[in-house]
Amino acid sequence: MKEHYIYPEFEVVRNENRCIKCRVCERQCANEVHRFDPDLGIMISDEAKCVNCQRCVSLCPTHALKIVKSDCRLRENANWSDETIKEIYKQANSGGVLLSSMGNPKPLPVYWDKILINASQVTNPPIDPLREPMETKVFLGKKPDKIRRNANGELITEIAPQLELSMPVMFSAMSYGSISYNAHASLARAATELGICYNTGEGGLHEDFYVYGPNTVVQVASGRFGVHKDYLEAAAAVEIKMGQGAKPGIGGHLPGAKIVGDVSRTRMIPEGSDAISPAPHHDIYSIEDLRQLVFSLKEATEYKKPVIVKVAAVHNIAAIASGIARSGADIIAIDGFRGGTGAAPTRIRDNVGIPIELALASVDQRLRDEGIRNNVSLVVGGSVRSAADVVKAVALGADAVYVATAALLALGCHLCRTCQSGKCNWGIATQDPELVKRLNPDMGSRRLVNLMDAWRHEIKELMGGMGINSIESLRGNRLMLRGVGLTEKELSILGISHAGE
Amino acid sequence: MKRVYVNEQWCLGCHLCEYNCAFANSGLSDMAKALRDKPIFPRIHVEDSGKIHYAVSCRHCTDPICVKSCIAGAISKVDGTVKIDREKCVGCLTCVLVCPYGAVAPGPSGAAQKCELCLENSCGAPACAAGCPNNAIVYEER
Amino acid sequence: MKREGEVRIPSGCAIAAVISRDGKGITGDVIYNSMKPMHDRSNGLGGGFAAYGIYPEYKDLFAFHIFFDHRSTRKECEAYLKERFEVVKGELIPTRKIPQITDEPIIWRYFCAPLTSVMASEQVDENEFTARTVMKINTEMNGAYVFSSGKNMGCFKAVGYPEDVGVFYRLEEYEGYSWTAHGRYPTNTPGWWGGAHPFSLLDSSIVHNGEISSYDANRRYIEMFGYKCTLQTDTEVITYILDYLLRRQGLTLEEAASVIAAPFWSTINAKPEKEKEKLTFLRTVFPSLLITGPFSIVYGWNGGLMALNDRLKLRSMVTAEKNDKVFIASEEAAIRVMEPDAENLYAPAGGEPVIVRVKEGKF
Repeated sequence: MKEHYIYPEFEVVRNENRCIKCRVCERQCANEVHRFDPDLGIMISDEAKCVNCQRCVSLCPTHALKIVKSDCRLRENANWSDETIKEIYKQANSGGVLLSSMGNPKPLPVYWDKILINASQVTNPPIDPLREPMETKVFLGKKPDKIRRNANGELITEIAPQLELSMPVMFSAMSYGSISYNAHASLARAATELGICYNTGEGGLHEDFYVYGPNTVVQVASGRFGVHKDYLEAAAAVEIKMGQGAKPGIGGHLPGAKIVGDVSRTRMIPEGSDAISPAPHHDIYSIEDLRQLVFSLKEATEYKKPVIVKVAAVHNIAAIASGIARSGADIIAIDGFRGGTGAAPTRIRDNVGIPIELALASVDQRLRDEGIRNNVSLVVGGSVRSAADVVKAVALGADAVYVATAALLALGCHLCRTCQSGKCNWGIATQDPELVKRLNPDMGSRRLVNLMDAWRHEIKELMGGMGINSIESLRGNRLMLRGVGLTEKELSILGISHAGE
Repeated sequence: MKRVYVNEQWCLGCHLCEYNCAFANSGLSDMAKALRDKPIFPRIHVEDSGKIHYAVSCRHCTDPICVKSCIAGAISKVDGTVKIDREKCVGCLTCVLVCPYGAVAPGPSGAAQKCELCLENSCGAPACAAGCPNNAIVYEER
Repeated sequence: MKREGEVRIPSGCAIAAVISRDGKGITGDVIYNSMKPMHDRSNGLGGGFAAYGIYPEYKDLFAFHIFFDHRSTRKECEAYLKERFEVVKGELIPTRKIPQITDEPIIWRYFCAPLTSVMASEQVDENEFTARTVMKINTEMNGAYVFSSGKNMGCFKAVGYPEDVGVFYRLEEYEGYSWTAHGRYPTNTPGWWGGAHPFSLLDSSIVHNGEISSYDANRRYIEMFGYKCTLQTDTEVITYILDYLLRRQGLTLEEAASVIAAPFWSTINAKPEKEKEKLTFLRTVFPSLLITGPFSIVYGWNGGLMALNDRLKLRSMVTAEKNDKVFIASEEAAIRVMEPDAENLYAPAGGEPVIVRVKEGKF
C-alpha cells in the first residue's frame, strides 16, 4: 500500500549567491537532507528528511541557508488544523501511537508570563548586588520541628541530611542513553563547578562520572536500571521517580537501538534490549509502599543522603504531596506538564497533567495548612525557562527548581523535538559515536556554567530590586508577585493579588 | 609560543577550517565573493579515513626540514613562525616532498604555501581555530 | 478604604527606649518627651508605648488591654474571657481628653488568671493558653482587639503623634523600669488604633522602624504554627517570630538574633568551627525566619530589652548609657532629651544585638 503523501513540514532555502559548496551542511546532517550534485555543480536538498534542527544553518560559513516552515497548508479550519489532519494521515499510514519529544507545545497558559515581580520604591530601599552581598545558597531537606540541647545547654546541631546548593537550581533528570555520554559529562562537570547538582535520570551512572558524586542526584525509577549499592552511595541524594511531567502515568522507553556498549553496561541490561520502565513501580501501589521504598533507600545509604520523590503534576497533586511529605521523603520534586522528554506518546504529552505554577502554589499552601511544610523541601520543574521563572517559582514557594530543557539549549539543542529518532545532530540525544563527538564537554560545561552564572546574576538583580538580600527571604514570599489577566480562581490558587491591588 | 593544535577526538571532519583558512588568506572581506565557484587552496587540510578526521597544518618545527631543503632560500623561520617568501619561491616543491606532516602544498600561483598562523592577514590569529565549531582546533601555548 | 489588616501598609517610624538596669522606676513622661525631637519621623497616624513593671500590685496576673468598638462587643468579649479566666479586676484605662486625640474606642484593661481546669483540658501551659485566647479574640471577635496581654506590663497606643498619645494615656502617672516608644509614618491608612505600635503578645513587645522585604515569607512560615497575622504589619510578624523562637523553640536572645538577622554565609564560614556549626545550623533550620529589608527593632520583655538592626543596617539606631540606664533611639536627639549627659554613644552594627537585662531580683 502506498503511503499517503504528506508535504514536508519545512523547506530548505539556500541562497545560491552565497553558497560556496563547501558541503559542511551535507557532512553535518545526520538526516541526509543535503547532497552535492556533481553534474549540476550545486547543493540540493531532500526536505522531507529535514527536522529543522538548524545544525546546517548554524554551521554554514556564508550564512547561505535558512529553514522555513512550509506554507503548503491543507485546507484547515478552526477545528481541523493542519497538524491535526496530518496526524490522522500519519496514523492511518502507520497504525501506531504518535511519538513526540520535549515539552507540551500547545498554546496553554504559561502562568510565569502572567505573573509580575515587585520592586522597592521609597518606603524601603532596593539593594545593589554589585555593592552589597547577595546570597543564593539553599539547603534542601527535612528541617527539625524542635531544636534540641545537650546537657550543657548547647544546641545539638545534627540534622537530617541536607543537599547544599549554591543557587536554587539543579539540572533535572536525563538518563544516560536518552542523552549522550558527552552531554552527561558536560552536566556533571558544570554542576560540580557551579556547586549545584545534576541528575542521572533512570539510566544509571557511568563509571567515569562517579568522581562527580557529590554533585549528583541518582535516580531510582520503576525499571531500576543501573541501581546498585555503589550507585546509591556515590550520590549526594537519591531520587525515586514516580512520574514525569511530560508523560504522567507511563514509564520511560528507550529503544534497543540505543542500548549499546556503555549504555547497556551502565543500565545493567543486555545490548539491544528495549529498556521499558513499567508505568508504576511494581512495589509501590500506594502511599504506604512508597514509605517502605523511601526507608529502604535510607537504610541502604545509612540515612546519610536525602531522598527525593519526584512526581508529575496531576490533578490531585496537593493531596499526593501531603502524602509524600509524611512518607519520610526529604524533598518532593514536582514536574509540570510542560516538562521535556526524550520520547513520549504525543497524546499524553499534550493532554495529561497540569501547569507547574498552579501545582506548586497549591502544594506549598497545602503543606503549610497542614503544618508539614518543614518536613520536606519542594523542587519544581517543567519548563523553568529563565531567571525570572526561577524567582517566580521561589516566591510562590519552591525551595529550588529543576531545569533540563534550558540546560540542553545551552548545550546546543535547537528544540527540533525529534530526540526519539536518535539522530541528534547536536550530539545530545544520540548514541551514535560520530554524532556524540559533536558535543565537546569542554565547551558544553563552559556554556552551562555561563548560563547559570548569568541566571545567578539576574536572580540577584531581581532580588536586590525587591530589597531582598538572601534567597530564603524570597521563598514563599507571594506578596512580591502580582498577576495580570488572571481570573479570581487562578489568583486564588496562585495565592497572589492582581496587579494594581 | 602559541601554536595551532588539533585534537582528533573532537574533530568532526566538517572541513570548515579549510574554508575559513582560504577565506582568511584571500584578502577579501566577503566569504562568498572570495570562495564561490572557485577552487580553494587552504593551508590546513582535513584528512579523513572512515570515522577518523584530523586537520593537518604546519607545526612550525623546532628544526624545520623545509627551511633546510629550500633550494631558493625562500623559507625561513622568523620569531618561531616558518614562512615562505612567495617572491623567492621557484615552485620546485621540494618542501612539499620533505615535509613529514604534509603541511606544505602548492598555492594557486604554483608557489608553495603553508600555514603562517594568520599573523599577517586581517584575522591576526588563526582563522581555523576561531571558526572550529567543536574546539578541535585550538591556538594556544603548550 | 480597607482597614489595617485587610491590606498591607508600609510605614516609616521613630523608636525610642529606656531601661534601668537596677530596676528603678522611670515615669512615662521621660519617654514621651523623648519622641518630641523626632516629630517628623511620624505623621500623626500612630503612636504608642510599652511599659514594664507598671502593675506591681497585679504582677502575677495577665493584664489585657483591649479596644472595643461598641459596648455590646465588650459584653460579648468579657463573657468569653470569663469562660477561660478568673477576671480579678476590669476597668476603663484612665485617659485625658485632649484635642489632638479624637475618635477613641472604648479602652479597657482586665487583670486575669487562667482557669486551671480549662487550661488542663487544652493541655497547654498558661502562656500558650493566654496566647491562644488573644489570637481567638483578635481573629474571630469583630470589634474587639487585645493590644496587650503580658504580666506586669502594658501597651498604650492610639492614632496620633506619640507625644500626644503619652499625654492622652496619662503615662506620667505610671512608673516602670523599662519603656519603649513608637511613632508611626504609615503610607496609607484610615487610622485604626489597633494598627498603632508597639505590637505585643504576652510580655513581649516590639517597636519597629522599617519595611521588611521578607514579610510574606516570614508570615506564611509563622502562620504554620497557629499564629494569625491579622494586621499584616512587620511588627506583628516580628513579634510572633520572636515568640516562636524564644518561647516555643527555647532559643536564647543571641541565637534568635542570629536567625532573624543571620550573618552572611561568608561571615559564618570565617568563624571558629564551633560557632560556624551553630550558625550554619540555625540558618539551615530556620531559613524562612530570616528578615531582610530595613528594620530597627526594640524587643521588650519582663526584665530586659534587645535592640537589633537588619544585617545591612538600613535603618538608623543608636544606643547610649548613663549610670544604671541604657537608652536606645532612632536618633541621638531623642536620647539627649532623656539624658543630656548620656555616655558611650554607639551605633550597633547590622545584625548585632544589643541586649540589656535588669539585674536579677530587681524587677
